[in-house]
Amino acid sequence: MDFLNILTLALGEMISPTTITFVLCAIGLSVHFGFTGLLNFGQAAFAAVGAYGMAIGIITFHLPLLLAVLMGLVASALFALVLGIPTLRLRADYLAIVTIATSEVFRYFMTTIGFASVTGGSNGLSQFGKEFWAMNPIPEGDYNLGFVSYRSDQLYVLAVGWGTIILGALVLRLLMRSPWGRVLKGIREDEDAVRSLGKNVFAYKLQALMVGGMFASIGGMIFVLNLSNVQPQTWTTNFTFTIWSVLLLGGAATILGPIAGGMIFLGLISLTQGIMGGLVEMGWLPFLTQPDVAQIRFILIGLSLMLLVIFRPQGLFGNKKELQFNG
Amino acid sequence: MASEVAVDVSKIAVGAVGPGCKKVDPILIADGVKRQFGGLTAVDVEHLEIPRGLITALIGPNGAGKTTFFNLLTGFDKPNQGKWSFEGKDLAGVSSYKVARLGMIRTFQLTKALSLLTVIENMRLGAQKQPGENFFTSLIRPLWIKREREITETADSLLKRFKLDAKREDYAAGLSGGQRKLLEMARALMSSPKLVMLDEPMAGVNPALTQSLLDHIKELKDTGTTVLFVEHDMHMVRHISDWVIVMAEGKVVAEGPPALVMKDQAVIDAYLGAHHDTDLGSVGVSTDTTTLKLTAQETD
Repeated sequence: MDFLNILTLALGEMISPTTITFVLCAIGLSVHFGFTGLLNFGQAAFAAVGAYGMAIGIITFHLPLLLAVLMGLVASALFALVLGIPTLRLRADYLAIVTIATSEVFRYFMTTIGFASVTGGSNGLSQFGKEFWAMNPIPEGDYNLGFVSYRSDQLYVLAVGWGTIILGALVLRLLMRSPWGRVLKGIREDEDAVRSLGKNVFAYKLQALMVGGMFASIGGMIFVLNLSNVQPQTWTTNFTFTIWSVLLLGGAATILGPIAGGMIFLGLISLTQGIMGGLVEMGWLPFLTQPDVAQIRFILIGLSLMLLVIFRPQGLFGNKKELQFNG
Repeated sequence: MASEVAVDVSKIAVGAVGPGCKKVDPILIADGVKRQFGGLTAVDVEHLEIPRGLITALIGPNGAGKTTFFNLLTGFDKPNQGKWSFEGKDLAGVSSYKVARLGMIRTFQLTKALSLLTVIENMRLGAQKQPGENFFTSLIRPLWIKREREITETADSLLKRFKLDAKREDYAAGLSGGQRKLLEMARALMSSPKLVMLDEPMAGVNPALTQSLLDHIKELKDTGTTVLFVEHDMHMVRHISDWVIVMAEGKVVAEGPPALVMKDQAVIDAYLGAHHDTDLGSVGVSTDTTTLKLTAQETD
C-alpha cells in the first residue's frame, strides 16, 4: 500500500473542483438552513439549474460566458420563486417535501427526450466550455504545489473556484452581520415573533431561498465547467445529502463551517477509500472486494455523521454556547 | 366613591356603560368580528371600542376567545367576517407585519424570545426603519450603521429600564421565564408603538418580578401608549386597568371600570368564580360555613 500516494490523493481531493462545488452548495444551504431555518432538501436542483442555465445560455442562445453565468443565476432565482411562493407561507416541513420532489422532477425533466434539443436529454450537454478555457491566463506547463503538481488548466479551475468561495464567504459575512441577516436569524428562531415586530417574513424567506440557491448554482457551474459537460444523473438526492453532510460537519450557522466541512468530508472519503482499497489489495480484509470499498466508506461516513449530529450538533466550527441550549 | 366612578366613566365612555358602548376617544374599533372553527364560534364580537391612552384589560374564562380575538385584530388569524380599524385605518385583511408597522404591537401568551439571538439583538430586531434590513442596503455598512447606533441607544435605555442591561450579551435562551416576558415587552416597545397588546404578561412570572412588570405597564400609559392586555390575575386587573372588558364564549358580555365590573354579580359568578374572594389556600382552617358553601357549589 502506497500510503504517501493515498495521502497525496486525499490532500488533492480537499481542494479539488468537486470539493469547491460542494463547499459552494453548502454555503448556500447554510443561508437556507443555518441562518433562516429553511429545510431545503433539493439543493442539488439549484446547482443543476445554474449549470444547465449557463450551458443552455452558451449552446442554445450563443451568449458570452459571463452573460450565460448571469442567465444561470437568474434561472436559479426564478426556480427559488417557483419553489418558494407556494410553500414558504406553510410550515417548514412542507418546503422540505416540495424541494426533494422538485429536485427529482427537475432531473427527470432534463432527461426527457421531448426537450433533448435544448437540454441534451440523458446525454446531457457538452461543448460549452471553450470560452472558459480560453480565458485561462496561466501559461501552459506543470506547477508544483509542494505535495502535488497541477497542469495549468487544473490550476485555473482551482483558482477560479477558491476565489469564488473566498468572495462568497466575504459577502455572506457582510450579509449575516447586517440587520438583514439579523432578521433571517430571527425567522429561524420564531417567525411569528419576527412578524409581530413588523417584518415581512415571507419576503425574507424568499430572498434567503434565492441567495442560497444562487450560491449552489455557482457551485454547479464550476462543477460542469471543470468537466466540460453537464449530465442529468449528477444531480441526484445523493448530491443533496453530501451537501447536507458537509454543512452539518462544519457547522450550519457559520461562515467557515461549510468550507472546512467540505474539505474535511471529501478528504476523508478519499482517504478511507484509499486506505481500505489498499488493505483489500493486501488481503487484510478477505471478506471485502474492491467494489465493496466504495459502498462501505459511505456507510462509515454515514455512521460518523450520525455520531457527529448526536454528540456535536453544532458541527466542528459551531458556537459552543449555542449547544448548551440545543442539546 | 360612587360619584368618583361616575366621573371617570364619563371621561372614557359616551352614554350608558355596557357591552359595546361608545368611547370618547377610541383607538381601535371592531365591528361584527366573527371567527368560527368548524361548528364552534370562538369569537363573535358585535361592537367594541378600545379607549386611547388608557390601560384596558380583557378578561374572561379559558376558551372565552380572548387570544383568538387578539390574533384576529393583529392579522395572525383571519375572521370569517367583520371589520376593524386602528386609528381610523381599516385593518381587515391586512397582514400581521403591516399591522405592526402601523404601531400596533403585540406579545404572545407563550413567550417568543428569539432564543439563539442575544438579548441586545432581540431588542434591535424590534426597531423599525432600519435601512440595513433591505438586502441590497445591508451589503453597504455606511448606509445603515448610523441608524444602527440610534437603535442600539434606544435598546440600551429600554434594557436598563427593564433591568435587563446586565444580560445584554447573553443568549435569550439563557433567561428565566420572567426575564423573557420582560424582554418580549421591552422588544415590543422598540418601535414606540401607539397600542401595545399584551397576551397574559404575568403568566409564569414570579411574584418578585410581577410588581416591576406592573410598574412598566403603568409607565407605558404615562408615556401616552395605549395598553390592551389579556390577564387571569384579577388582582392585577383591579390594580392597573382603567377599563375592563369581559368576554365569554366569544362575546363581550360586560365592560366598564374595574370597580364596577368586579361588582357585577353575574360577571363574578360566571367568569371569576363564585369564590374569587375566598382564600382557597386556607380552606383547611376556614370556617365551617365557607367549607359548606364550597361543597354546596361543587354538588350543584
